[in-house]
Amino acid sequence: MDLQSLAVILDSALRLSVPLLCACLAGLWSEKSGVVDIGLEGKMLIAAFAAATGAHASGSALIGLMAGIGASVAFSLVHGFASISQRGNQIVSGVAINMLAAGLSAIVGNAWYGQGGRSPALEGQARFNDITLWGTETIAAVPVFGPLFREVVSGHALPAYLAFAAVPLTWFVLARTRFGLRLRAVGEKPAAVDTAGISVPLLRYAAVTICGVLCGIGGAYLAVAQAAAFLPNMTAGKGFIALAALIFAKWRAWPALGACLLFGLLDAGAIRLQGASLPVIGTVPVQAIQALPYVLTVILLAGFIGRAVPPAASGIPYVKER
Amino acid sequence: MTPAIELAGIDKSFGAVHANRSVDLAVMPGSIHGIVGENGAGKSTLMSILYGFYEADAGEIRIGGKPVSIRSPADAIGHGIGMVHQHFMLVEPLTVLENVMLGAEGGALLKGGAGKARAELTRLSEAYGLAIDPDAVVGDLSVGLQQRVEILKALYRGAEILILDEPTAVLTPPEADALFALLAQLKAQGRTVIFITHKLREIMAITDRVSVMRRGEMVATLPTADTSPPALAELMVGRRVLLRVEKAPRAPGPPVLEAVGLDVVDAHGVKRLSDVSLTVHAGEIVGIAGVAGNGQSELLEVLAGLVQPSRGAIKVGGDLLPPHRRHPARLRELGLLHVPEDRLRMGLVPSFPAFESAALGFTGDPAFARKAPLGALFDRDAMVGHARALMDGFDVRPPDPWLRSSKFSGGNQQKLVLAREIERRPKVLLVGQPTRGVDIGAIEFIHRRLIALRDAGVGILLVSVELDEIMGLSDRILAMCGGRITGERRADATDAQDLGLLMGGVSEAA
Repeated sequence: MDLQSLAVILDSALRLSVPLLCACLAGLWSEKSGVVDIGLEGKMLIAAFAAATGAHASGSALIGLMAGIGASVAFSLVHGFASISQRGNQIVSGVAINMLAAGLSAIVGNAWYGQGGRSPALEGQARFNDITLWGTETIAAVPVFGPLFREVVSGHALPAYLAFAAVPLTWFVLARTRFGLRLRAVGEKPAAVDTAGISVPLLRYAAVTICGVLCGIGGAYLAVAQAAAFLPNMTAGKGFIALAALIFAKWRAWPALGACLLFGLLDAGAIRLQGASLPVIGTVPVQAIQALPYVLTVILLAGFIGRAVPPAASGIPYVKER
Repeated sequence: MTPAIELAGIDKSFGAVHANRSVDLAVMPGSIHGIVGENGAGKSTLMSILYGFYEADAGEIRIGGKPVSIRSPADAIGHGIGMVHQHFMLVEPLTVLENVMLGAEGGALLKGGAGKARAELTRLSEAYGLAIDPDAVVGDLSVGLQQRVEILKALYRGAEILILDEPTAVLTPPEADALFALLAQLKAQGRTVIFITHKLREIMAITDRVSVMRRGEMVATLPTADTSPPALAELMVGRRVLLRVEKAPRAPGPPVLEAVGLDVVDAHGVKRLSDVSLTVHAGEIVGIAGVAGNGQSELLEVLAGLVQPSRGAIKVGGDLLPPHRRHPARLRELGLLHVPEDRLRMGLVPSFPAFESAALGFTGDPAFARKAPLGALFDRDAMVGHARALMDGFDVRPPDPWLRSSKFSGGNQQKLVLAREIERRPKVLLVGQPTRGVDIGAIEFIHRRLIALRDAGVGILLVSVELDEIMGLSDRILAMCGGRITGERRADATDAQDLGLLMGGVSEAA
């Protein structure tokens, strides 16, 4: 494989991993605080819809991003209200959010635009354009690394860079700050946090809000950067794959980046392999290739990653004794 | 002198349960004040109100004579109150330092506060002789050390008033002694300690004054020097109680249960029992003394056939059991019955009515089946009648077979389970924690029934974390530590000191 096709595959892997990474980090924040969120998928979807709508209406991708984040955070707070204040079942609430987002985006989209749930195509400033990182041309002169940097690292849209920046930020906040310590504690043992004089609900609401912001970025990336419109069910299970990546990464930020890049790479490989003829096996059916990331997920989760212990209190509403 | 803490007219209800009824309490500064009472007497609720965990429906809290409003633990900490909870409020995957800092980090970034916290932790550790590694992960520490972290946490926050809720329940006697020494040291510095327990011996040993609670009310506050365990027990229960079990000597019969060299390995591959051998004779109570989590639970489970040993042999009534007969149902047929440690998890089904719980394990009994068709249907009248008979015989209150098992008090649930097993006329009875969460009146009853069973020639293996219970009931005592039997004593030739050493792992051979 020559350098050029390697660069294309890696670039494509990076692009495909962005929504996964957003959702995975979103899930990390939520679960670290003790709130299980299987509604990542729904939140990304509603964010994608809101972002496309906002960008279309305003003609500004940035406003689209804000709209996406706003919609996603609103859904997060619904999940938070159900699981933190009302101490409801977090799985049920998450499923409800997924169904609500899928239905709402399709029906409202159809009512507004009459294109079978699609939003009108976004053009010009209504779309995030690829950013050429400063100094790219200088570095491009360096053999091998230079072109790779230009093709792979540079030339992505703003939400993608936000997503990658969120990795060190997440790590730093969780590991090194007061807020992070409290958040880790509340996901393991909320009673200890409560008796230390810190509000459990406040911490958890903060965490689900961050979760909403990250899902919003992911959704906006899908509709306003990767594609140029909202398509019904355009998240296509990425919110669930992200949950798998989260377990694979054992709820840690840097490994989450690794897991999402791996899934992105598989996706990119699958796209590239479509229709290609492989030695010995011949042409592989497209469906088999597309199933690869999912098969890998099952295999990884089936025990190839060792023990993955979730935060002890995740999924359990906090109730004072009695 | 102004009391360090005054509670006046504290009232608290949870739905229909009136947990505290107009409770008054005054605690003098620089003293150790004990609070005793049965389970559900309202001690923990009262302390949770003082610590801001719950808000009282009515009443006033005064600290140093000034009325204060304590609406959250943060307020309580601000007023210099620290609490060591019965179930530790520690985050297990975090380090000692992180746990101590939680809620008192000293800045938005951990880096700034951590250095100071580390220095302060070292100073406190040295001042009180509480050696601890600040970077150890709390979940890896022993229970005794975890408690130390809890105490350091409170001291780190500058607690002048320290509340300890049942602190000795998880400690070996030597660890408890070390705790008492620490409390005395805190007292000497002028700090105030509130000590909640149900062990009267501890009240007598370390407190200056003692308050007794019964059914949500404060019934007495006395100088400890002016009272005695029987007097306190009477105040707690509201009638005279026999604390010591009357027991006549009895010559043991032939062996009914023998275990030789049992090893048990759990699902994680950790060895829970190593080379455990013991013999129980007919008409004998053999007590297993040990701090919770040292293999006693596994011993009961392996003898009851719930788990299989990886090595070793078990004989019941003199017959060596092949593995396929080490099954709870086969063992029941041989007359080996089991009153499990955790009655809510293994002893009964909380959501079942009492008569169904009373038939568990014996559902194949023809007496419970209708004659037609082919005995496939239950005869519910027979089951209800059976439950009613058990309830009469063991004074289970209320004697209502239709009441959900979970609605009975702990003591009555325990009596029901005990009745179910004892009425089947066991040859060997395994009993785990027979009086955990059981009130004093029921404890007395349960103890008398166990002694009666022994006198009737049944061999009993008794596992309990209550050392007093083990010493009071047993004829012979085996001490366990770390999955091994560390020593054997005749009950009349030992004391708490001696057993405490064995429970702490100081082996016979040494």
